[in-house]
Amino acid sequence: MPVIEYREAIRDALAEELTRDANVVVFGEEVGQFQGAYKVTKGLLEKFGPKRIVDTPISEAGFIGMGIGASMLGVRPVMELMFWSFYSVAFDQILNNAANVRYMSGGQINCPIVIRGPANGGTNVGATHSHTPENVLANHPGVKVVVPATAYDAKGLLKSAIRDNDPVFFLENTMLYGEKGEIPTEEYLIPLGKADVKREGTDLTIVTYGRCVLHSLAAAALLEKEHDVSVEVVDLRCIRPLDIDTVLASVAKTHRVLIVEEQKPFASVGSQLAYMIQREAFDELDGPIHRLATIDAPAIYSPPVEAEQLPNPQRVLKAALAAVA
Amino acid sequence: MSKKPTAIAEKNSAPAVPANDAAHAPINAGLPREEKIELYRKMVRIRRFEERSLQAYQKGGKIGGFLHLYIGQEAVAVGCCSLMGKHDHVITAYRDHGHAIAVGMDTKPLMAELYGKATGCSKGKGGSMHYFDPTKNFWGGHGIVGGQIPLGVGLAYGVKYQGHKGAAMAFMGDGTVNQGAVHEAYNLASLWQLPVIFVIENNGYSMGTSQERSSAGALAKRAEGYDMAWGVCDGHDVYQVRATMDKFLRLAREESKPAVIEIRTYRYRGHSVADPDNTYRSKQEIEEYRRSKDPIQVFQNQLLTERVLDEALIEKIDAEARAEADAAADFSEASPFPTPDDIQKDVYWETDNPTERKSQGRLFFD
Repeated sequence: MPVIEYREAIRDALAEELTRDANVVVFGEEVGQFQGAYKVTKGLLEKFGPKRIVDTPISEAGFIGMGIGASMLGVRPVMELMFWSFYSVAFDQILNNAANVRYMSGGQINCPIVIRGPANGGTNVGATHSHTPENVLANHPGVKVVVPATAYDAKGLLKSAIRDNDPVFFLENTMLYGEKGEIPTEEYLIPLGKADVKREGTDLTIVTYGRCVLHSLAAAALLEKEHDVSVEVVDLRCIRPLDIDTVLASVAKTHRVLIVEEQKPFASVGSQLAYMIQREAFDELDGPIHRLATIDAPAIYSPPVEAEQLPNPQRVLKAALAAVA
Repeated sequence: MSKKPTAIAEKNSAPAVPANDAAHAPINAGLPREEKIELYRKMVRIRRFEERSLQAYQKGGKIGGFLHLYIGQEAVAVGCCSLMGKHDHVITAYRDHGHAIAVGMDTKPLMAELYGKATGCSKGKGGSMHYFDPTKNFWGGHGIVGGQIPLGVGLAYGVKYQGHKGAAMAFMGDGTVNQGAVHEAYNLASLWQLPVIFVIENNGYSMGTSQERSSAGALAKRAEGYDMAWGVCDGHDVYQVRATMDKFLRLAREESKPAVIEIRTYRYRGHSVADPDNTYRSKQEIEEYRRSKDPIQVFQNQLLTERVLDEALIEKIDAEARAEADAAADFSEASPFPTPDDIQKDVYWETDNPTERKSQGRLFFD
């Protein structure tokens, strides 16, 4: 199978869907002539032309709102946010309009829009550019939230997201864009809301998603080698819809849980997971649910310290040992 | 040919807005008699509908939340929406009852929506501020000031992308011009030459703050900064609204040119029913508008002059509009509320169409 970068997998998904459906249009800042701030959309303008690959002004509320409006008429916009951190200036459009318009119209309207872009820390760009809003987004009924960890998942999930008739928010990671993975040559889709067991184990379940999947897999290898602890890593892949059944099946197998997330801890995705696990698998648990999150402060700039503020393999290792102690 | 208002008009203690050149504009002069009557009838129907809704709100306690009445502004929505073709679209803010009736929505589900009933146009899930009917190209009904304007640009984008000759009318109040999203929308519309008309319904007050206390400079003229055409017209006269909007709608449909139009109007009621309306303007001011510029009275006088209407027809139209409003209230009264089971319907397209669902996992949580 060909081995390609995560960013190429996203690009391939875009290209395939642009080819398949004339209603798909890619919008965003620097997606065309500049070839994408992170080169995700490289070459698409040349291939599909300016009607399908549209450079927007720096105007997130305007162009995201415009995409939502166009989607009500059947256009299928895929809007790139250069950073998901900029969602704050388009918040009203994303959450009052995309998330609510179906409900407020009594089901008469749907918004088949995808908003995608990176949402992560770890690049030393400070608090304004390091938001991870998957919990904020997923708090709103009406939307779907996807956070892929690998090139394979990113491609299959993005293709499903573009075909979805509800608004889908697709959160990538600049630290993953260069990560390589195997991709089949034939077309494939991954349904939203299906978790993936990335590593099987018997002593501890790590529930995670996004870049923390890679940290957890690295820690799991060390735990097995150096501490004789067998870790199962469950990659949620989607936050909403949520595949809680795969999580509960793993808990029933290992009886111990560590949640790892690149999230501020208060009211995070992990908070919701912990509630659901204790509510639905209380008798399976041999100890309290543990969690490793971002250290609770705005994102620090200082490069070596930011690496410690976020989950990383060493922090996962330490948290895992505490969870099985 | 239209003349000055006649003695009949004076008897009705009306119309300071004189019969005007707009009556001669081809878009008006060429109207068949029945369509002129229909314009008049729609304005009367909007007013009687809203008066009936106010009664239900205040006396019956039948309506919850906000109720933003359009009374006094009827000529704007009726004039603009009367020009709609197959590929023209409308979106507006929370003062949306007039537009909904103007695009042709039935008043029964509109009233039922206010009552919070399952038979409402949004199944009782939207309320007064959130009327929608995509089958009439009416895309709401939006509660956040200015939030609908980028959506209006998107409707225009969709029309152009799909290769249709059409235009979007994105309505807003005078207070909306100071929202950032509006300026982002102006820039996109002009930059990409999208067929959208931004319609500022200037009733003089953004809630309780007058135009001079909230907006610097002339409202529509801000279009110049975005290299867009703009215009101002009298919104008390439905002929003027139509003549002005027709010109700009043609430019939008045929040459894909956006524009900003300020239509000067006035609301007689408070910002919403919750506004006692005794702090920011005088009763005399309201009375003066009612006496001299009422859009229904102005048009009635015009049509009397044209001998399109007579007293008997005026009375018949009014009686029918009152009966229609009462019937809408009776329908609403008799309709069931949505059930608790309905709360989680109409959230996701996928869960409303379960046989076509592709995703897995939980979409709802408890």
